[in-house]
Amino acid sequence: MTKTLMADSGKIIADLADRISYLVDIKGGGDWANLDELLERVHRLKESVFDLSEAALFEELRLLEERISFLEDRTAEKLTPAEIVNIVRSPQRFTLGDILENVYDSYTELGGEGDCNVDPAVVVARAILNRRVKNRVYSHQVMVIGHEKGRGEEFRNGGCAKPWGNEKALRYMKVAEIEGIPIHFFIFTPGSYPIEDFPGAAQQIARNLYKMAGLRVPMVSFISEGGSGGAEAIGLADLRLMGSRGYYSVISPEGAAAIEGKIREGQKVPKELVDHCAAQLRMTAADNLRLGTVDRIVEEPPLGARREDYGFFRRLRYEMIRATDEVVLKTKSFRAFRAYALKSQGREGDPVPDEFDVLVGWELTDLEKDRLVELRSKKYRDMARRFLKEHQGGLSKGLGRARDIAARSYYELRYGLLRAHQRQVQKVIEEVSSEGSVFLRKVTEPVKAAYDFVFPKPKRPAKAVRTDGADTSIFVEEWETYVSPLANEDRTVSCPNAARRGCQDLWVPDLYGEFCGVCPTCGHHFPLEYHWYLENLFDKGSVREFNAHIAAGNPLGFEGFDKRLRRDVKKTGRRSSMITFDAKVQGIKLVVAMLYSDFRNGTVGSAEGEKFVRACDRARTTRRPLLAYIHTTGGIRIHEGTLGVIQMPKCTVAVREYIESGGLYIVVYDNNSYAGPVASFLGCSLYQFAIRSSRIGFAGPRVIRETTGEDVPPDYHSAKNALRRGHIQGIWDRKEFRKNLFNALVRMGGPHLYYK
Amino acid sequence: MDLNLNDLLRQYRSDPYEHYRVEAVHTGVVTFRVRDGDEVNGPSGRWMHRPGSLLYLLERERNVKKIYSPWSGIVADAALDLDGRFVEAGEFLMSIRHRLGKEEIIDRILTRVLHIFAAPQRARYFLVPELAAKIEKAPGESVRVRPGDEAIIMSLMKRDTLIHYEGLAGVIYKVYFQSGALVEQGAPLLGICPPEKLPYVQRVIQRVRTEWEE
Repeated sequence: MTKTLMADSGKIIADLADRISYLVDIKGGGDWANLDELLERVHRLKESVFDLSEAALFEELRLLEERISFLEDRTAEKLTPAEIVNIVRSPQRFTLGDILENVYDSYTELGGEGDCNVDPAVVVARAILNRRVKNRVYSHQVMVIGHEKGRGEEFRNGGCAKPWGNEKALRYMKVAEIEGIPIHFFIFTPGSYPIEDFPGAAQQIARNLYKMAGLRVPMVSFISEGGSGGAEAIGLADLRLMGSRGYYSVISPEGAAAIEGKIREGQKVPKELVDHCAAQLRMTAADNLRLGTVDRIVEEPPLGARREDYGFFRRLRYEMIRATDEVVLKTKSFRAFRAYALKSQGREGDPVPDEFDVLVGWELTDLEKDRLVELRSKKYRDMARRFLKEHQGGLSKGLGRARDIAARSYYELRYGLLRAHQRQVQKVIEEVSSEGSVFLRKVTEPVKAAYDFVFPKPKRPAKAVRTDGADTSIFVEEWETYVSPLANEDRTVSCPNAARRGCQDLWVPDLYGEFCGVCPTCGHHFPLEYHWYLENLFDKGSVREFNAHIAAGNPLGFEGFDKRLRRDVKKTGRRSSMITFDAKVQGIKLVVAMLYSDFRNGTVGSAEGEKFVRACDRARTTRRPLLAYIHTTGGIRIHEGTLGVIQMPKCTVAVREYIESGGLYIVVYDNNSYAGPVASFLGCSLYQFAIRSSRIGFAGPRVIRETTGEDVPPDYHSAKNALRRGHIQGIWDRKEFRKNLFNALVRMGGPHLYYK
Repeated sequence: MDLNLNDLLRQYRSDPYEHYRVEAVHTGVVTFRVRDGDEVNGPSGRWMHRPGSLLYLLERERNVKKIYSPWSGIVADAALDLDGRFVEAGEFLMSIRHRLGKEEIIDRILTRVLHIFAAPQRARYFLVPELAAKIEKAPGESVRVRPGDEAIIMSLMKRDTLIHYEGLAGVIYKVYFQSGALVEQGAPLLGICPPEKLPYVQRVIQRVRTEWEE
């Protein structure tokens, strides 16, 4: 046997061993089809290469190859969702490093190396993509931002970005915006690293989402492993591609199984339950395309792309260029060119061409950038909308729409046209009268008088009480207070701080009646039901609910979930965990969105997301402040899969438009507020407050323990610590909620606030 | 030396247990959750945030309180005849036999060997900054105090009072309190060892470490 042949056989054997261990990875163990035994056979062959004759060696290799190919085909025939998750997690799967080397023509990593690199789990690079058109080569500049899972470095945390990693991503997004180059995102994360240290996991994701919602450059993302919040931090793109063997999910199948099966901490989650949940979550590429949460699938080899699948990298390169072209072309006003260029782009599944027919420049004009942001907003607002249940007749729907149009034109006229004009006139007068002296006033006074006559100042009840006076009671009228039904029990309870602060036992009717659920000794706030706030926080009779007809559903057909939904509807008499209403606080009109605990623990699904978006729009049309009062939120509703996750970008897009158009958005957290909502549309607020004794965070202590292996102090998520970390701006007592809210509206509002 | 180490160790060896009394924390109907001979655990976790084993329930005005064990050990002398009956606050319910560990024995012997400077009042205590810095730099056996030295700041009722050390001159061998923590009256603050006694103290520790079996 010649030496080179020997060397070759060594390589072939190593390759076979890799293929078998890949199959073991996919099947989640070696018991299937005796894979362990097969691997053993390959290892034996490796040791006895030199003892065998050439013919015997090649015969054995042929047999092994045949057997492995057969097993691969059989596995590929029917891949279960759980097996797809295993493919993604296999160490042989391609990572961002492979993409940077094989998809892009050249790249420079940004953000430092070694100790200077704030978080190696997030990799940022300036890259160049060359495109061949009619035998000439043109190059494009792009910013590549993504998660790096492996490359032999433990400290990457398997692609879990720490808060400062997401901050790095945001920093370079801004750089790309300054330079006007498109961004390519690559999502390879099982989830964000759950720590609250500044800048805070949830807060940073919220900031990223807020920025991305309005970023004025084309963005394309590719999802290989998309786990909830971690994925969203760099996922809000104009076009979202997904690997055909990737997964995109609200929670890991193991996490879902632990919740569904009520598995206690430290116990093993049964494999069958994990498989079941993986299937129920609808996390595969085909599912996500059907649900509309991704736009296109990039075909991988049947068992998923690995590090040496150069054919796949070629396709990915083509798809990334094509997707960026498409995003850019959609912003063009010249329709004929757009249609021609899009048509010449090829369709799904076509072989990858050697060159492109047309060159599309990726620089945008200001007008096109406006259109880009507009299109992005529309895209995310439309997501998941078709899975909503609306309990509304045709007539009331029509009436509602007519009312909306009427309201819009009224407020447009009142605050848009007239107010803008009025402000301008006022500004001129102010300037003139301050510049000018006594002489000029003689001239301006009659004009001002005439002006005041034409635009009389509206009478506002708010003005009369804007003294922060002592007469501001928390109750509208002291003698007819709403008392919680919790107060009807005749027993005592102990304050949780009794051992430390020496609080006396509290008689329930006292605690929930006179004390409003607050321990008089230490000030601990016991949870109160949401009705209490509806009755005590807002002016009597001012709460008017809207969009109550939008109902939470079971769009994925999650097994057993319909029954639980029906039970909650019956229990609460409402259709979703969000209540949106108009209300007044000491005469100031505002729009409120409220998540409450009684309905599926205040989790957010497509119904809640849509209601929030509509509340933002209503606040924007009517020019009123928006309050998000979060009685409790348990995060994103896992039973809606990615339809739940995309509520994060969807609501952020809507609330951003509201804030950018000048609205005042205030968030108040109470009881427990965790996960997705805090990491998106709540966390992006500039004014966030918490009620005393509430808990705020990204992931609960159990999740932190399970993912990081570290225990967190018992008060890790307390409002006090959230304030110390800069997450919230203040802690409010329940008894002073109304007063503080009013003060916040007045102080943070300023003269240009909508309600004025 | 006024202390016979051999006697002391023999004494601990013959009864290496500390007996803690568990008393009713307030009035109410008591329901036992342990029996004689049961092993119970004290609080655990890095912040002692996981409560120990459940000892008994105490119900007063339909408010059921769970009382957890503050020590680990074996339950003994449980007053099971009180089970399901109304008890007064402070009534003896059971005792917990806690087996002393090496460090606990050393601590106990040290309190008898060292000169203890106790807290004059229930208050928060801080070390004087110079002293704190010295101890941080060279913990253990090299920081000396003499009678009349400024040693400790007592913080009570928003007033900081400087406390001068009184007692034997010597080395600060042990600081018993955490800076800023609330200390009960009479609880030890500093353990002072006269320099000539130092070798003896070290021998004590050495002997307990090597001889004591847990």
